Amino acid sequence: MADKDLSRRALLGAGATAFAAGTLSAPAVFAQPTTTLRCGFWDHWVPAGNGAIRELCAEWGQQNRVNVQVDFITSVGNQNLLTIAAQAQSRSGHDLLSFPTWEPAAKADLLEPVDDVMGRLIGKYGPVNDAAEYLGKIRGTWRAIPAVSGTQMKPACVRFDLMEQHAGIDIRAMWPAENRRGPGADSWNWDTFLAAAEKCHAAGVPFGMPMGSFTDAVDTTGAILASFGASMMDARGNVTVRGNAKLKTAVEYLVRLARFLPNDVWAWDDGANNRALISGRSALIFNPPSAWAVAKRDAPQVAEKCWTVPMPAGPEGRFVPYLPYFWGIWSFSRNKGPAKQLLEFLSERASAEKQTNTSNGYDIPPFSSMSDFPVWANEGPPVGTVYNYPLREHHNARASVAQAPAPAEFAVQAYQQALNTKVVARVNQGGETVDQALAWLERELNTIRRGG
Amino acid sequence: MAADGSLAGAALRRGAPNSLQRFARRRSSIAVLMTTPLLVIIIGLVAYPAVYAIYLSMLNRRMTEFVGTLNYEILLESETFWMVAFQSCFFAITAVLLKAMIGFWLAHMLHDIPDKGQRKWRGMLLVPWVIPPALSTLGWWWMFDPSYSSINWLLAVISVPEVPWLGHHWWARIAIIMVNVWIGAPFFMIMYLAALKSVPEQLYEAAAIDGATGFQRLRYVTLPMMANIISITVLFSLIVTFANYDIVRVLTNGGPRDLTHVFASYAFQVGILSGNIPRGAAVSLFMFPILAICAFFVLRSVVRRNKEQM
Repeated sequence: MADKDLSRRALLGAGATAFAAGTLSAPAVFAQPTTTLRCGFWDHWVPAGNGAIRELCAEWGQQNRVNVQVDFITSVGNQNLLTIAAQAQSRSGHDLLSFPTWEPAAKADLLEPVDDVMGRLIGKYGPVNDAAEYLGKIRGTWRAIPAVSGTQMKPACVRFDLMEQHAGIDIRAMWPAENRRGPGADSWNWDTFLAAAEKCHAAGVPFGMPMGSFTDAVDTTGAILASFGASMMDARGNVTVRGNAKLKTAVEYLVRLARFLPNDVWAWDDGANNRALISGRSALIFNPPSAWAVAKRDAPQVAEKCWTVPMPAGPEGRFVPYLPYFWGIWSFSRNKGPAKQLLEFLSERASAEKQTNTSNGYDIPPFSSMSDFPVWANEGPPVGTVYNYPLREHHNARASVAQAPAPAEFAVQAYQQALNTKVVARVNQGGETVDQALAWLERELNTIRRGG
Repeated sequence: MAADGSLAGAALRRGAPNSLQRFARRRSSIAVLMTTPLLVIIIGLVAYPAVYAIYLSMLNRRMTEFVGTLNYEILLESETFWMVAFQSCFFAITAVLLKAMIGFWLAHMLHDIPDKGQRKWRGMLLVPWVIPPALSTLGWWWMFDPSYSSINWLLAVISVPEVPWLGHHWWARIAIIMVNVWIGAPFFMIMYLAALKSVPEQLYEAAAIDGATGFQRLRYVTLPMMANIISITVLFSLIVTFANYDIVRVLTNGGPRDLTHVFASYAFQVGILSGNIPRGAAVSLFMFPILAICAFFVLRSVVRRNKEQM
């Protein structure tokens, strides 16, 4: 029997061995990461974009002895939104996630405040742009950190040869790859744009501006409305459609502009404008440099004639569509401290530059002090084509989010339902008058507003 | 065995059973135990989600406050919602009718082909139904693409003007119905073919002796014999078509001007994309009473027909 064999001496011996083994292996145990941080980042369009995040996380994890588990969640089929909704409902999942534009506001109550991190970052790199603050700072508290990876702007990508040939505008001279405005930059406004749109339309290379319900359409239309000083709802959530002369002027402008766009823009998705540019059928689109990057691969003869410039200006200024991602930490996470440290590390200048470089300049950091990364000056052909992609001092432009300054909980609904493009479509396609379309808009906004 | 199903003889041999043993030996107890897995599945995967969806639809947007039927009231006052309700009904009814008619016709065509050659035709005609709908819809989307439609390219060859397949709301509705019919008609075909094969040949022989025409054979023999299958298939397809999401999402995303949204795609837009989960739940729950009424009438007619035949 076993109990007969186990003498007191043997028991003491076994105990001593176990104690010695535990003590001797202690250094090895302490050398292992004791914390596991589960991160869900956005699955980047640019294939190498995920590599930068993975490397940065590994580097930080090694330095801080934290095991960083990285998942990349695609936005195709809104998989990221579904993941966020599921984790918010179940109060479990990752420690930190990438949140698209409106999600920090929607999930504000479930996100750990990050004022401390943002305070340090702002102290080091200066203020973030207004649009990022509007989306990430909810009721005076930063609920998520404006991310570098995935954040994009949508300025104009112009076929400079077609623009010069048909509209007589030398866009490269107007917006050179330097920190200065060229001749004619002051006249780069929506009136000039409309005249150029008409000429290019007549020449068979119409501007590729979508007017459907996808984000490119909503963002571009939102920036145009902003540059006319037109908003549909104020910051307190009051509907401001009735008697709003600026809104009416902006809608009338869009109605005129839409007549010079391809007749199927009402059904365009976010890829249609890219295809219009790459196929050589369009003289201008509003997009991040991804369209140019695809053209560089698939249609180099088109890519080498593309030049990115800021949006035209309106009576109330120049606004460039901005679509940021945020990094947020769930309030139910058990690793809030390490999560904050990692996000701060990812937002540092060196980390931001690595992300931007790896994405060929696609990713835009939220700090204007970081708009001097050499990648935008060096990318080509033609060299300097995306120099004016980030907001620069001489652009005298601001980042725009469609439906701002409405409270985020209402703005997101108006944004997702593409009310700003539909109001134009009701006139151009539906045959309504501008007043009828605006009355419809007012009713829809009131519906959104009801029910908290 | 005793009247209550307990094994009395065995119990007497081993002495008086305790209450737990008596409970376990009752037939009713065993029945409950056997059905427990099914009950757990129904409660967990059907009843609980349904009740939870109803509960969600009665919360405010932040899901912090009970607001009763406010979300339903708001929807009933919304123009867009009524447009979605109309489109859902129009889409489901038109698509199901077309699928039923095409499936019926195909089933008859196949039934008339000798068995030897029938299998390959059956296999080929089932292909649209077998391909994952999201994938095949993407293929259709490429064919309808606003700027580079291959269908338009073919039409141009015969000098037919370009059709704005997805840009004009009526063409977009037609495109969605076309794709749904293309995917769903083979299901009707295979169900009707099975029903056709089960019609006794003697009935047709008797009808032929009575001098019945082809139409009369169809009207008085085939259709009555297939009535139950037709009803059940239509009901099943109506439910699936009414709740369709992927075709609208891939082809039009509800556009232009929300004129192709159906309940499911609109619920997703309002609930998930716009962050208003309670109102999205309310939109999706509007499907339930409509489908429940359809199911009630269809199933009642099936039961009545069965009773008449008995």
